[in-house]
Amino acid sequence: MIHWQVIVPLFIFLIVIFGIGIWSNKQVRTSTSFMQEYFLGGREMGGFLLAMTMMATYGSASSFIGGPGVAYNTGLGWVLLAMAQLPAGYFVLMVLGKKFAIVSRRIEAITLIDFLKKRYNSHTIVILSAISIIIFLFASMTAQWVGGARLIESLTGLSYTNALLIFAVAVLAYVIIGGFRAVALTDALQGSIMIIGTVILLIATVIAGGGVENIMQGLVAENPNLVSPFGATGNLTPLYVSTFWILIGLGVIGLPQIAVRAMSYKDSKSLHRAISIGTIGIGTIMFGMHLIGVFARPVMPGIEVGDKVMPLLTLEVLPPLLAGIVLAAPMAAIMSTVNALLILVSSTVVKDIYLNYINPKASDTQIKNRSFWVTTIIGITVVIFAVKPPELLIMLNLFAFGGLESAFLWSVVFGLYWKKANKYGAISSMIVGIVLYIVIYSFAENIYGMHSVTIPIFASLFTFVVVSLIANKVKKIEDYHF
Amino acid sequence: MQDKRFKIAHKEALIGVVLVIINFSIWYGFAYGLGSGNPLQYKYVLGFPAWFFYSCIAGTVFMIICIWLAMKLFFKDISLEEEDKHQ
Repeated sequence: MIHWQVIVPLFIFLIVIFGIGIWSNKQVRTSTSFMQEYFLGGREMGGFLLAMTMMATYGSASSFIGGPGVAYNTGLGWVLLAMAQLPAGYFVLMVLGKKFAIVSRRIEAITLIDFLKKRYNSHTIVILSAISIIIFLFASMTAQWVGGARLIESLTGLSYTNALLIFAVAVLAYVIIGGFRAVALTDALQGSIMIIGTVILLIATVIAGGGVENIMQGLVAENPNLVSPFGATGNLTPLYVSTFWILIGLGVIGLPQIAVRAMSYKDSKSLHRAISIGTIGIGTIMFGMHLIGVFARPVMPGIEVGDKVMPLLTLEVLPPLLAGIVLAAPMAAIMSTVNALLILVSSTVVKDIYLNYINPKASDTQIKNRSFWVTTIIGITVVIFAVKPPELLIMLNLFAFGGLESAFLWSVVFGLYWKKANKYGAISSMIVGIVLYIVIYSFAENIYGMHSVTIPIFASLFTFVVVSLIANKVKKIEDYHF
Repeated sequence: MQDKRFKIAHKEALIGVVLVIINFSIWYGFAYGLGSGNPLQYKYVLGFPAWFFYSCIAGTVFMIICIWLAMKLFFKDISLEEEDKHQ
């Protein structure tokens, strides 16, 4: 079945995005500092752009498709859990804040690894970080890619492979030629679509359900636990839900694709504005989409596959053209996450590996060529893997979020704010964090009723502090301080 | 030598931590304080169960106002560039 009303807005959306890519490419070609322009957009982002790119990078397929599906089956308790994401809008930018921006300008850092390299002066950290970024983010990119293709498949009726190709061409074209500037500008468009889509669908769902009171009565009549904070089966304990604050709220500081944005804005005013706008944006999307999932239950009972709740509901409660706009929202969410990951992995390969270890004396033209090629090759490799994703990749994707947080959170935060932090502490905490996370996730998921990420985060904190202090006692360390 | 701007940056980072603690307390307190009883005896505000209204709706709006105020009152407009480049 082909939904033309969905395809037309989607098509217009793609044309605009191509336009942005071409315009950005002009900036890339005329810029005096290619690397800073291609991988950071020339540190010129204003407040609105910064807010949108943070929000759009953070909000992914799970906010629009997976999350509402779980909320449909769990009830208001899942909306409560989703609200733990509010700090992602302000906490990250406040904590990394101006210090990160000042320091990264001073040392001319382009990537998160540049910062760690200068601060800890250690090859082990550079290599360890580069490997974990490339492996984990390559895997999550593939997963988002698969999600994007599945969504196009279900909306247009095209085959999976064709849908994948359309999605790949659309994303790769503007990211490769336009770099970070194209990513951030398209994020602004995609972020706006995400917010508008959420608001339209929420209003339409409330109307279709005959008002909030009516919907609540329907939920209570089916199962009173649907309106409690503990979930339909009562399995959402306060401890479990609270530990999500670490995974999806505070730990977000440790995600390289988020942290790198905190060094790319123009001035203090941009930061202040982005904090206000970003929090409103993330609050609206996370609250709206998950509440929509709950409200969908009395409006459209009996949907068995959670991932289908949002698309089916949209087609049910909205007239064709509006449905097309709303269904562009999850597409925008997926694209804006994928494009950020692609440019980040590419910057890691070019800046942190090629320029550090393979060819430190590369000329400007060489760097330019390599950057375009590396981005293209990574993009195409992801597409090939996404045709039939290998088991290992699917598993790595599950580790990605928590693994990266366990690895980077403390190295970044202590690197910025604690003078006694040193490379021995950083290396040991990274290893403890990643290994412990993978072990707990695989063999004892949600141990002691807490989300799997909790213990690794605290263990890597403890390791960092203890090892740093001991190393300081044992030998004199000459670190670079800010 | 310590950059003077860092003092401001440290204070602002601390404000972030304080805001998160307030955010978490409101969220946790209302959700489990008002929502722990029997769901059939919940009070409702504007159609929503009271715990949900205060924890997820009013709490979020309150946080957004706090953040906006923090921006206006406490966050300073400082240069992020290297000083020598500017002079």
